[in-house]
Amino acid sequence: MKKYTTVIGLEVHAELKTNSKAFCSCSTEFGGEPNTHVCPVCLGMPGALPVLNKQVVEFAIRAGLALNCDIQKFNKFDRKNYFYPDLSKNYQISQFDQPICLGGHIDIEVEGGKKRIGVTRIHMEEDAGKLNHSGATISTSDSSAVDYNRAGVPLIEIVSEPDMRSSEEARAYLEQLKAILEYTDVCDCKMQEGSLRCDANISVMPEGAAEFGTRAEIKNLNSFRALVRAIEYEVERQIDLVESGGHVVQETRTWDDAQGMTLSMRSKEEAHDYRYFPEPDLVPVELDDAWIERVKNELPELPAQRQQRLMTENGLPAYDAGLIVATKAMADYFDAACKNAGDDKAVANWLLGDVSAYLNNEGIEIDAFPIKPENLGEMVALIKGGVLSSKLAKKVFAEMLKADKSPKVLVKELGLEQVSDEGAIAAIVDEVLAENPQSIADFKAGKDRAIGFLVGQVMKKSRGKANPGMVNKLLVEKMQ
Amino acid sequence: MKVTTKDVEYIAQLSRLTIPEGEMEKFTEQFNQILNYADILQKLDTAGIEPTPYVLPISNAFREDVALPGVTQEEALKNAPAVHNGGFKVPRVIE
Repeated sequence: MKKYTTVIGLEVHAELKTNSKAFCSCSTEFGGEPNTHVCPVCLGMPGALPVLNKQVVEFAIRAGLALNCDIQKFNKFDRKNYFYPDLSKNYQISQFDQPICLGGHIDIEVEGGKKRIGVTRIHMEEDAGKLNHSGATISTSDSSAVDYNRAGVPLIEIVSEPDMRSSEEARAYLEQLKAILEYTDVCDCKMQEGSLRCDANISVMPEGAAEFGTRAEIKNLNSFRALVRAIEYEVERQIDLVESGGHVVQETRTWDDAQGMTLSMRSKEEAHDYRYFPEPDLVPVELDDAWIERVKNELPELPAQRQQRLMTENGLPAYDAGLIVATKAMADYFDAACKNAGDDKAVANWLLGDVSAYLNNEGIEIDAFPIKPENLGEMVALIKGGVLSSKLAKKVFAEMLKADKSPKVLVKELGLEQVSDEGAIAAIVDEVLAENPQSIADFKAGKDRAIGFLVGQVMKKSRGKANPGMVNKLLVEKMQ
Repeated sequence: MKVTTKDVEYIAQLSRLTIPEGEMEKFTEQFNQILNYADILQKLDTAGIEPTPYVLPISNAFREDVALPGVTQEEALKNAPAVHNGGFKVPRVIE
């Protein structure tokens, strides 16, 4: 079999975190009874006129600057015309030939270093309504119920260059993009709620070929896992097709997560003939330097900068820092926990170890983690200060998951304080030595293993609370 | 004739319009009249002139980002031919 190169470009739709819709004052709140966040404008009533929400422009500029784009000063909106039940007006207000942002990029980490993925453009548009199908899937439904609560919610569509060559690169790009949109606070990026959605354009070509193969557009990628699985399935499908003498058809396919395959989506709609024209109901948007400059100056710290800060100021390795800054909430938690911990690396270890394991197990995000950052920090401080052993810290951690109590209180309640009082430890050491004359003889005969056994006995008698370093020191002193 | 009845049929289909058989010729002729007029405009020398999507000297008409109540579900669905679970009921979407 020939070798093939995969070519992937992503189109990401991000719902902007505004209070009201793009062209009317309806709420953008997720959920709610069907058709309760609607008005004549988003229901497409004749004669209703759109008025642009200023915050949409602000967010689009902010996202564009964070993605290293050139902000275009002259902006207009266009109508994209098509008939589909989720579109109340039978056109979507979008930007066609003059998007607000052009020519940006995102740097991703790949095997062997950094890779730059181009961002072709970002444009502003409105979301469509939602179809609730009567059957399990769109293909098996006899009818659908349309809810226009989402119709008119502002979106930015971020189109990448076809620069990605594997599912891992696509995943890294989407992760980095999601982090940037979270840090800039323009989108809440909840993929399960659909506030961040991804379509993938995928093609294959023989290795070394000059021209890309015919691409298929895969929709309905609602998670990172779905993105990776869909790309892997689609690449294999296309290679099999080409290998067996067939050819890839340019079409839209949908990812069926349950079946683990992409399916052709033959819509009743005509081929893509959107007959774009300038939206006559809106006036142009003209940005001046002052506006763009202000947004630039107000840009918050971005994931890459924050990773750098965690490396230089907190002394974390690049890998740990990268994992922690991947979500803004995790990075914020880290910063808060470090305030009273006195050992930033230990905080990172807890976050990437026990905390992440708990989150994965429970299927929750750090926002819903029951332990407050100051309590995790305090626990780390207790370990560092020799009050709590690392082993017993696991007990405190487990208790903190159950009840919102400070580790200091828990250590007292559970009687877990590490004993570093020399007199108290010496008493136990004497006791253990009296019970184990053979071990003393072994130690004197040069058998180093004997000391390990004796330390174990002392720890047992102290129920794990004796300071192990001190136990060791006293044992050696007393046996000499 | 630049536009044929076939083009008119296609555009009618895209716009979900049914054109009665007897009026096809009339529509085709009117389409062509419009395009012929555009041809006259195209003869003008527009080199160096920016496209003019808007003729009014107005820009930046914004709304502040404040959410306000809209209409009730009952009102929203008043014109719906069919309703299901608080939504506008529509026939099967995919072929």
